[in-house]
Amino acid sequence: MNKKALLKKKLLGTPYFIWSAIFILVPLGMVFYYGLTDRTGSFTLENVLAISTPEHAKALGIALLLSLIATLICLLLAYPLAMILCGQKNGRQSFIVLIFILPMWMNFLLRTLAWQTLLEKTGVINSILNFLHLPSLNIINTPYAIVLGMVYNFLPFMVLPIYNALSKIDGNVINAARDLGANPIQVFMKITLPLSIPGIISGITMVFIPALTTFVISKLLGGSKILLIGNVIEEEFTQASNWHLGSGLSIVLMLFIIVNMLLTAIFDKDGEGSFL
Amino acid sequence: MKKTILQKLYITLIFIFLYAPITTLIVLSFNASKTRAKWGGFTLKWYGALFQNRDILQALFNTLLIALIASVVSTIIGTVACIAIMSLKKRSRAIVMGVTNIPMLNAEIVTGISLMLLFISFGLRFGLGTILLSHITFCIPYVILSVMPRMRQMNPYTYEAALDLGAGPVYGFFKVVFPDILPGVLSGFLMAFTMSLDDFIITHFTKGAGVDTLSTKIYTEVKKGIKPEMYALSTIIFLTVLVLLLFINRVPAEKDLKK
Repeated sequence: MNKKALLKKKLLGTPYFIWSAIFILVPLGMVFYYGLTDRTGSFTLENVLAISTPEHAKALGIALLLSLIATLICLLLAYPLAMILCGQKNGRQSFIVLIFILPMWMNFLLRTLAWQTLLEKTGVINSILNFLHLPSLNIINTPYAIVLGMVYNFLPFMVLPIYNALSKIDGNVINAARDLGANPIQVFMKITLPLSIPGIISGITMVFIPALTTFVISKLLGGSKILLIGNVIEEEFTQASNWHLGSGLSIVLMLFIIVNMLLTAIFDKDGEGSFL
Repeated sequence: MKKTILQKLYITLIFIFLYAPITTLIVLSFNASKTRAKWGGFTLKWYGALFQNRDILQALFNTLLIALIASVVSTIIGTVACIAIMSLKKRSRAIVMGVTNIPMLNAEIVTGISLMLLFISFGLRFGLGTILLSHITFCIPYVILSVMPRMRQMNPYTYEAALDLGAGPVYGFFKVVFPDILPGVLSGFLMAFTMSLDDFIITHFTKGAGVDTLSTKIYTEVKKGIKPEMYALSTIIFLTVLVLLLFINRVPAEKDLKK
């Protein structure tokens, strides 16, 4: 292809390059600007260091703990599920994958709110437990309910990348391992698991970041008593109107996101993201 | 045999977990009692009331309008951008893809507040326009990431052959390239539409007073109690999508059978 045609093609990208500069890079720069200055506009680290005050540190700590637990539970639930999916016939596979995407069409807030109805003291689950003469379950407005909400909302984001990674594995490799005398556990540990790691990493990112930064799930299921770091930031912007502090805390959050991005970059060499 | 029963049991349990809240919402839409804590008998009155409720219908209209415009615009910008990205050198391509990944990997709350700060400093009035700009921004990456792999798989010589045979670049693109990448473009469009429809967090920070999408409307209703009409509306949306998807899913399944 000649140079002129190539240049023309590059020019086609101009709208997007300008768009991403204005709406992705500049806004991020503004978060850093607000986070690193005070109301008078002079440089300060105070907003970022505010994370170490007891209330903020506690919010970050709880958020980290709950999101890590939720990510782990998602992984443990999703992996066997993805393996079962891969073992199904083609037509059925796409049908089952569809079943996992379908709930996303019911509004995210309504779906989470429905858990209130299910979990309440006199809610659906407790009515069933009572009927069976089992002890009742009182987890609404506790951290357990928040973890449940996180697992519920983000499980599909763990299932899909792992499923994609597993379905790309060449069946012949597994057969070869079996022919060479590997037992099912060895096949899993030496072949299936290592080859599915990009999917696992991608799934962990897709679950951990939204879980860590959520403010909606904790508000709806935590009874607004349990503040996560997301709630603190949201309140700084919508109620307290201290954008500098809110931005400073966001910078701390972004550190976790950057670590996560680096991990993804290391394991996802194509740079395409195995989510799709 | 035992194994498949265990597998079926596992899938069923997860299925119940995923669909219990959705069933709850559907049941609530037929609940005659106004509070969600009590079952007051079966009724269809909320479905009637839904079409009288101006606020909810306006929010539904806003949601659909934003989702439609945002997904169309982001599909066009994203697809065109893919052509350009393919022609970049490896290094600059990596940079562009890195920037593209930011809205997907970054926390939604950070994307939301960063856009809010941008609009404030530009002095834009918060309303449908700002929501739209934000939605287009977070939708484009989904389009690019679903069109890109298709572009890569394509044989570049077919396009060049078309040019050699006298087709203009635009004609050549629509006749040769576009049919090849169409599945990627469509799935990118659908994904953008879904993401825009279901978004709450970014809309929450970029909407103006008085302008609501379904999500933000529900959020403001949480404290007062959700209006049962909302359950009716989401039941209708859910069932529509279910029927559509089942229909779409049936077509390829029949093709498989013929093979």
